[in-house]
Amino acid sequence: MNSNLIILPIIIPLITAVLQMFLWFRIREQRWIGLVGHSVSLVFALLMLSHVKDGSILTMQAGNWPAPYGIVFVVDAFSALMVLLTSISGIAVGIYSSIAIKSDRAAFGFFPLLQFLLMGLYGSFIAGDIFNLYVWFEVIIIASFVLITLGGEKAQLAGAMKYVTLNLLASVIFLTGIAVLYGVMGTLNLADLAQKIALSDQQHLINTIAVLFLVAFGIKSAVFPMYFWLPDAYHTPPAAISAIFGGLLTKVGVYAFIRIFSLLFINDTFIQDLLVILAVCTMIVGALGAINARNIRIIFSYLIISHIGYMISGLGVFTVAALAGTLFYLIHDIIVKTNVFLISGLLQKIRGSYHIDKMGGLYNSYPILSLLIALAFLSLVGTPPLSGFWPKVLLVKGAYQAGQYWVVGGILTASFLTLWAIVRIWSKAFWTPASDPDKLPGDIFRRLPFLRRAGLISPIVGLLGISLFLGFAWKPIADFCWMIATQLKDPSLYIQTVLQ
Amino acid sequence: MNTIILQIASRYTLPLLLLFSVFILLRGHYLPGGGFVGGLVASIALVLHAFANGIKKTRELVKIHPGFLMPVGLSTSLLSGLFPMILGKPFLTGMWYPHSVPVIGSLGTALFFDIGVYLVVVGATLTIIFSIIEAP
Repeated sequence: MNSNLIILPIIIPLITAVLQMFLWFRIREQRWIGLVGHSVSLVFALLMLSHVKDGSILTMQAGNWPAPYGIVFVVDAFSALMVLLTSISGIAVGIYSSIAIKSDRAAFGFFPLLQFLLMGLYGSFIAGDIFNLYVWFEVIIIASFVLITLGGEKAQLAGAMKYVTLNLLASVIFLTGIAVLYGVMGTLNLADLAQKIALSDQQHLINTIAVLFLVAFGIKSAVFPMYFWLPDAYHTPPAAISAIFGGLLTKVGVYAFIRIFSLLFINDTFIQDLLVILAVCTMIVGALGAINARNIRIIFSYLIISHIGYMISGLGVFTVAALAGTLFYLIHDIIVKTNVFLISGLLQKIRGSYHIDKMGGLYNSYPILSLLIALAFLSLVGTPPLSGFWPKVLLVKGAYQAGQYWVVGGILTASFLTLWAIVRIWSKAFWTPASDPDKLPGDIFRRLPFLRRAGLISPIVGLLGISLFLGFAWKPIADFCWMIATQLKDPSLYIQTVLQ
Repeated sequence: MNTIILQIASRYTLPLLLLFSVFILLRGHYLPGGGFVGGLVASIALVLHAFANGIKKTRELVKIHPGFLMPVGLSTSLLSGLFPMILGKPFLTGMWYPHSVPVIGSLGTALFFDIGVYLVVVGATLTIIFSIIEAP
């Protein structure tokens, strides 16, 4: 079915960004236009999901050139879900940043860049062509390079150097993989590639290409052993920026992993074993990093790495149950990781530091807020019945049924270590009284006018509400993930719809 | 660079290069060329002028801030892509005016897309190079 609806997630952020660029020096107007843009994106993302939630697939051939020759955009339930999650995360960060981002950063185009970043994210989720996917990756990284260095503090530049170098390296490897793939198969359309690779007899060459993609996406999504850039880079920019990075940027890598390795490189035990090994290492190493760090944002950065491991493990196991667990975890992770980074920004405003030893006594100062934050932390850990618990059940069940006991052990160990890291934040920053209350820097948050405080709190509460909803309404969501996982496991409908 | 040769030369090369950039832009549909290369040639013309006469003179010549060309170009390209959507065709479908137009050849949405690219490239390149020249 050909539909112009599915290109709108790309066009709306672009229109918003262009309008904001026309009003380059009028920051106030930029904020409002941005909020309108985020809301419109959210509405269309919901509309798109309602079209494909029964499992149908929408396509759009850009420029009316038929697939596989033209560039085709494809939206199945998985893509629509990712677009929706991105727009939810986008609107939360949009509201938060329109208050938290100071004018000196906004003067260098923070708001248009945020829209360009979201455009790149939406684009990569709906791309049906592997080169087009690469182009959207470039849009994302160029926007993120500027966002991560905006402000030009020394720590930011130091983190950005690693981020830029590693991500450019990943792009080069990805592009090399695409070039070799094109040389072997003569096409770049994902559906066409899936058909041709299944019939190909050059398995050794295809495995080489698969490993190139594995390395490229592995760097982008911070999988062991290419994860070290992430904790160095994500704790330096303002909280609003690290929230969108922490929530979404690594997840694009995971999306690409799932899409490419469920569509193109399937039925290969070598790749699947490799994915499982990397996933288990990622979980454990990330969690070990988290219990060792003292800066709250570095702790969360390591937890991102650890939880990427969960998602990759489901892909490595590659049964419907495990894939459903991966997808559910992806939903939970985008919402909760965005939220915890926003929370870290809020705590910094209250206590003037990201360091857990310098916070202290938050529970006494803000009891209700602390309980809300505790709920967000508990869903990050995965206490039943909150949102982190159900995907882990699915993952463990899937891995156990497939006989992958290492994955089961890895998930349980990493969950325990995550609990440890979170409990340490809680006891240090919330329960322990501040060591020297007079020495605490001023509480910026308390002095803000009511509307601004509400603007900082509302995205956090909203995201928390969504994650509670995910926890309590787990059954329909698990069914939905199950449906998507079945579709990913058997991509024949995808191939037929694109190539009809 | 304060050489009289370059100053005199840039006086003649500026209009020539600008004209050449438009030529490249227009021939770009089926032949090598297009908005990107055309935009680069146009920015080379202005950068050469800046080297010969100083950045201040070039800023006076251009009048508007080059950064302003970026949103203008982006919206031109975007509108040329959106136009077919209004008529119920997929985004970015090439729509052509049926009769041939003198000088340009055939007129279509692809031309406006390229003009947008041309403006974005000029705007971005000049913003970058002018900022580097003016950096303390």
